[in-house]
Amino acid sequence: MQAVNIIPMFVIVPLAGAFLNSLVEKKAKWVPDAIGNLSAFILFFFSVLAVQVVRTHGTLVYSVGAWKLPLGIAMVLDGLTAFMLVTVNFIAFMIALYSINYMERFTAKGKFYTLFLLMLTGMNGVIVTGDIFNLFVFLEIASVASYALVAFGTEKHELEAAFKYAVMSTVGSMFVLLGIVLLYGLTSTLNMADMANMLAQKGAANLVLMVSVLFIMGLGLKAALVPFHAWLPDAHPSAPAPISAMLSGILIKSLGVYAMVRIFYNVIGMTAELSSIIMFLGTLSMVVGVFLAIGQWDLKRLLAYHSISQIGYVFLGIGLGTPLGILGGIFHLFNHSVFKSLLFLNSGAIEYSAGTRDLQKMGGLMSKMPVTGSTNLIASMSIAGIPPFNGFWSKLIIIIAAVQAQRFGYAFWAVVASVLTLASFMKVMKYAYFGRLKEGLMSIKEVPFFMKLSMVVLSVVCLIGGMLLIPSLRDIFLNRASDVIALGVNYAAIVLKEVSLSW
Amino acid sequence: MIQEKHKGMSLIVKTITRLTVGFIILYGIYIISHGHVSPGGGFAGGVIIALSFIHLMLAYGKEETLKRLPHNAASILESIGALLFLMIAVLGFTGGSFFLNFIPKGEPFRLFSAGIIPLCNVAISFKVSAGLFAIFVALVLLKLDTEKKE
Repeated sequence: MQAVNIIPMFVIVPLAGAFLNSLVEKKAKWVPDAIGNLSAFILFFFSVLAVQVVRTHGTLVYSVGAWKLPLGIAMVLDGLTAFMLVTVNFIAFMIALYSINYMERFTAKGKFYTLFLLMLTGMNGVIVTGDIFNLFVFLEIASVASYALVAFGTEKHELEAAFKYAVMSTVGSMFVLLGIVLLYGLTSTLNMADMANMLAQKGAANLVLMVSVLFIMGLGLKAALVPFHAWLPDAHPSAPAPISAMLSGILIKSLGVYAMVRIFYNVIGMTAELSSIIMFLGTLSMVVGVFLAIGQWDLKRLLAYHSISQIGYVFLGIGLGTPLGILGGIFHLFNHSVFKSLLFLNSGAIEYSAGTRDLQKMGGLMSKMPVTGSTNLIASMSIAGIPPFNGFWSKLIIIIAAVQAQRFGYAFWAVVASVLTLASFMKVMKYAYFGRLKEGLMSIKEVPFFMKLSMVVLSVVCLIGGMLLIPSLRDIFLNRASDVIALGVNYAAIVLKEVSLSW
Repeated sequence: MIQEKHKGMSLIVKTITRLTVGFIILYGIYIISHGHVSPGGGFAGGVIIALSFIHLMLAYGKEETLKRLPHNAASILESIGALLFLMIAVLGFTGGSFFLNFIPKGEPFRLFSAGIIPLCNVAISFKVSAGLFAIFVALVLLKLDTEKKE
């Protein structure tokens, strides 16, 4: 088996798992759990393997159906792809483990895992594809599955949130589609590498500016950047906790951040104007998100606003465009997906045991739920940027990069947002976990085994995440991803060279 | 007037439906099987087949139709369609590549030509026809549920 054959597996495995699951889910009670977790585990294993493959073989290109590129659909495995695959599939595996116990609360566990795996198919597809229309198709698969998952509880407010999310996200998708159509009209190709080449040959066209605006709106909506964020604070709290973790931890990153970075850096080519727009929007999200978060009393809503704020850091880092800034941005992307999914899983654990999301109705949970409490403490310190947890390192890198690039204003706001984040998580810890135990909460118990397991693993990653910055590990994982972004439109040359080698 | 005992629409509609529904399905199968040589294909043909069942449901009411094609059967057929499509794609690995057209292509514009494309069309038609029918049934059942509550 050639190494290149690993690439389509990221689409085959979850897709097969999803429909196999919907076929045999009713045979026995453990079947959906087994299929969901097994698929997620295989994917995680493959993604770790993909990092190794990139290390030994460099960039790999797979042509689907053995069509001669750039005619057919290409799938590309490079450093950034491998990095995103590890992030997405690691979090997805942890969430699948968590769902074994958590989803007992709902009746249709089989349907949950089917939709979960379809969403994973979409996200993995967006990440591995090298074809811009294929990217749109996978984007839609992941989005449509997520609409259904937000409405999974089928209560009134969940349906309302899902409908709002569906409408807004569809508008975003249409902007993306329009952008792709216009680019196709300009370049007569859909392969991203080929398209980058064509765009470089044509030189600056006004149409490209128009397309950039469309992509900022469409993909910014998927990533919940601030003027386009209105769907997120409704959709994330309404979903079941594992899905909130999934949406906040990886969906907005693979659909929004990854797609935007790939298109802007590697296809269209980054310009100073685009870079300042992205940095401005990032900083705006960072500050507005945290200000909106700090007053919330609904725990999951508070976390949802923090997702907006933390995505702002990622965009600020990547938008700076310096190697250090990009490194900080993608490192923060990884860290945020770990600690934010952990925080959402913690909120789910509280909901599971105490049955409430309202901070004012909680109190003193640390004594009753020590595992949830201590993992939440670790995650809170990570998101607030307290050393030695992983969030500290990535924020530090972003702030240093901003200072180095003479962007003192952005660095200042990044520090301010970090302090406000600390404040709002002190509020969470104080009201939910410390203090006096409330009357009605005397009889609650710690959550079951699998929920504890996934929370503990995620908190360990929070604790040791900073180790990824050790030079030998950084070369394998982070640097390869940031190198791809820093390459810019030279991405095309590398991919096309790989294509000509294989033919 | 005679008390309307049966569910569904009038005798005229039922008779016409009974006569035409077979032709509609046949036309759907024609569109699917000629998808690779003429306009149409798995999606269009699948929609036509789904419409024939929806047609039955409109004319005869839901009990009669669900006896012929229960909701569960539709959802199983849908999954089978998707798995079949994926299986055809994965079988391409026998020739060395995902989605490879590994069956001999044959002569162009013949019914038995184009390798895996007709098979893909069949798989898509399963998925689309069962899926659309299931969506329609879900909407009908949902409506009945809310009516009961009120």
